[in-house]
Amino acid sequence: MLYVNVLGIALIAAIVWWFWLYKPQQVVSNNNQVNIVVNHGVYQPSDIQVKAGEKVNLRFDRQDSAPCAEMVIFPQLDISQELSMGTNNQLELPALDRGEYDFHCQMKMYTGKLIAE
Amino acid sequence: MSNRAPQNNQSFIIEGASCASCVSKIEKALHNVQGVDVVEMNFAQRTVSIDGSADETSIIRSVQDIGYNAKPMNSESEQDALDEKAQADDAHYKVLMRNMYIALLVGVPLMLYGLFIGDMSVNTFNQRAAWFVVGLITLGVMVLTGNHFYRGAWQSFKNHSANMDTLIALGTGTAWVYSMVVIVAPALLPEMARHVYFEASAMILGLINLGLAFEVKARGRTSEAIKRLIGLQAKTARIVKGDKEQDVSIEEVQLNDVIRVRPGEKVPVDGEICEGKTTVDESMLTGEPMPVSKTSGDKVVAGSINKTGSVLFKATHVGKDTTLSHIINMVKRAQNSKPSIGRLADVISGYFVPIVMILAVLSGLTWLNVGPQPTIAYAIMAVTTVLIIACPCALGLATPMSIMVGIGKAAEAGILIRNGEALQTASRITTMLLDKTGTITKGTPTVTDVILFNEHKENDIMPLIASLESGSEHPLAEAIVSYAQDKQYTTSQVSDFDAITGRGVTGELNGERLLFGNQALMNQYDIDVSRGVEQAQTLANDAKTPMYFARGDTLTAIVAVSDPIKSDSVDAIERLKKKGVHLVMLTGDNEATAKAVAKRVGIDDFIAQVMPQDKVNEVAKHQQNGEIVGMTGDGINDAPALAQADVGFAIGTGTDVAIESADITLMRGSLHGLVDALAISQATIRNIKQNLLGAFIYNVAGIPIAAGVLYPLFGILLNPVIAGAAMAASSLTVVSNANRLRFFKAQKP
Repeated sequence: MLYVNVLGIALIAAIVWWFWLYKPQQVVSNNNQVNIVVNHGVYQPSDIQVKAGEKVNLRFDRQDSAPCAEMVIFPQLDISQELSMGTNNQLELPALDRGEYDFHCQMKMYTGKLIAE
Repeated sequence: MSNRAPQNNQSFIIEGASCASCVSKIEKALHNVQGVDVVEMNFAQRTVSIDGSADETSIIRSVQDIGYNAKPMNSESEQDALDEKAQADDAHYKVLMRNMYIALLVGVPLMLYGLFIGDMSVNTFNQRAAWFVVGLITLGVMVLTGNHFYRGAWQSFKNHSANMDTLIALGTGTAWVYSMVVIVAPALLPEMARHVYFEASAMILGLINLGLAFEVKARGRTSEAIKRLIGLQAKTARIVKGDKEQDVSIEEVQLNDVIRVRPGEKVPVDGEICEGKTTVDESMLTGEPMPVSKTSGDKVVAGSINKTGSVLFKATHVGKDTTLSHIINMVKRAQNSKPSIGRLADVISGYFVPIVMILAVLSGLTWLNVGPQPTIAYAIMAVTTVLIIACPCALGLATPMSIMVGIGKAAEAGILIRNGEALQTASRITTMLLDKTGTITKGTPTVTDVILFNEHKENDIMPLIASLESGSEHPLAEAIVSYAQDKQYTTSQVSDFDAITGRGVTGELNGERLLFGNQALMNQYDIDVSRGVEQAQTLANDAKTPMYFARGDTLTAIVAVSDPIKSDSVDAIERLKKKGVHLVMLTGDNEATAKAVAKRVGIDDFIAQVMPQDKVNEVAKHQQNGEIVGMTGDGINDAPALAQADVGFAIGTGTDVAIESADITLMRGSLHGLVDALAISQATIRNIKQNLLGAFIYNVAGIPIAAGVLYPLFGILLNPVIAGAAMAASSLTVVSNANRLRFFKAQKP
């Protein structure tokens, strides 16, 4: 029983580490043009470093027909866009100040982050 | 980054190119367009790809000039996009329903078997063999109907995130893996715990697919309003060139094109009538039910319906610049914005899934440590149920679904709400300041009385007053000038003109000083008005605005101007008062006139002689008292006060109003629009609260019950299948509750 309990607690620790503490790898974009694949509940890439002070061009490739995926929202920028199926979803963001900008679907199940450096 | 002009690649569909020789002709023409670097035409597909900085319009024009037509390839119309989405939704719905049938086809018999025929325990070799086959069938069902969840779960896991898919995958996966262990290695488990749960995996997938299918349908309905707006856009326009008329697609209409609309047709773009007379139904845009008559020089807007006459008009706004496009954009944007009331749910959603996973592990451990025998079976049951019953969807959907329907519904009534925050604040307004002119009244003052002293004649005096007032931009001046025009008085040029804000105007004509304004102006110039004061007071008590006219040093006339009260203002104000909103009328009029108007419409509180610039202070003053202040005005003169207010309402007549100038724009001129805006806001926020409360209670109560807190007391432990049904029902409930807002009825005057 002891082993089981230790195993359970280790599992909890693993959940905490994997989902909250781990910092995902950033994708660095030099030309501020990023392709983001929307599928299976995630944006790929989801942590994107872009240059501050320049416009950012995002192209969303939505492969997931679940209604969850149909909207992308940038709350800090007050921008939202409906994504149609396929690659034809261009979204131009204004030049960003330094900082972090979240983006997510309506329900916040899909989440991602732009880091303007 | 380079500093050159922006380079881009554009693709067009070429129409009318029937021979290969056309290719070189088109390419040549395109090369002559400034900014075109590379042209590549694909004759087989009738497409052309252009690199360079040239703009779309000049490219299209150059192709049209040589007798062909070019259409931008990627500019699918919004209607097309909608149709595409409807098709995609439909296809998605079918897949989900198919999944549901497959999963339930296996799940239901298994569950019935477990309930009525045999227990699902595994002891003999034959039982093991039989259940092994069932296990494989279940696996097939899971792959077939749930692969989306498993893939999603795996992808998000790899990305260190978790979502609904994760919970479903873990829940159904746990049940299946445990059951397989029972079959393959029963020795690992105590005899009592050798029980399979294949029916749970299949049933859960069936129910969740069903829930999602219903959700797709219900979601489609939440965007009805925007669909209706987009549907207002005409697909083609009939362009008149010389004596030829030609139907072209709406994207090709250029500024200044002359367009014909016949009775019954939709106006394709915004424009100004240059020939003909008609009535136009703008109700879809403004909520104003009465058709408006239009003639040369009047504006028409895209999306309105031409009723009676055939007219020609010149396009003044096309494409994305039309009023309708602005409305659609604003509604779309607003529908996706979130009021602060939804933020908490957002924060929770972000942590929700991992927390549920932790709770599942904890409940499993608890059952293993202190639960009854067979502990492992109970633990597995609890873990599966906790994972399945938790529904982050309901929480996440609560706010956006209601906002979507509420803002759409408002738009249908001619109420444009800028964003979710404005909607939320509007629902809490305690004090509403109403500008009198143009809000309560029609905003078109007319001369009602002319009182003359010293036996002067009207046709001697009114030309003088009109001459003096023609230099002024005050709305009352307009009334005087148009009165003089109607009577065909001739006006002359006034010298030394001066407008004294809040008092009136002065000037000189034929060496004589002329004064026209209120009593303060007369006092300033020491004019004796005693003989007119009584008459002025009577006029004021009658809700008219009296103004004195002095020629030289003597009072010569009193002219009263009145701005008629809108026919439905009294009713609307009654409705506002019933809502418990404290109403205050602001006006530049004198005390007596203000009082008379306020009394007539039923407002107890008014502030008279407010200079335009003081309106801001009045708003601020009320805010300092801790009130949530709404300000309703025309959006142009009142812009600073509208901005200062917690929620600014711009009220406009028809489609003239500057959209986006305020938090909430009332396209219908009626004050009923204001009451409706408050009512819709309140209904929407109430709906969101219901949704959030429902979702919170559901999760807060559901998870502990699933974990088994009721077991020690009542012996209740939920079956995972029930959890699956509850989960599907919970998000469906939220979407359906939001859809109830569709039945909101705006007051039609």
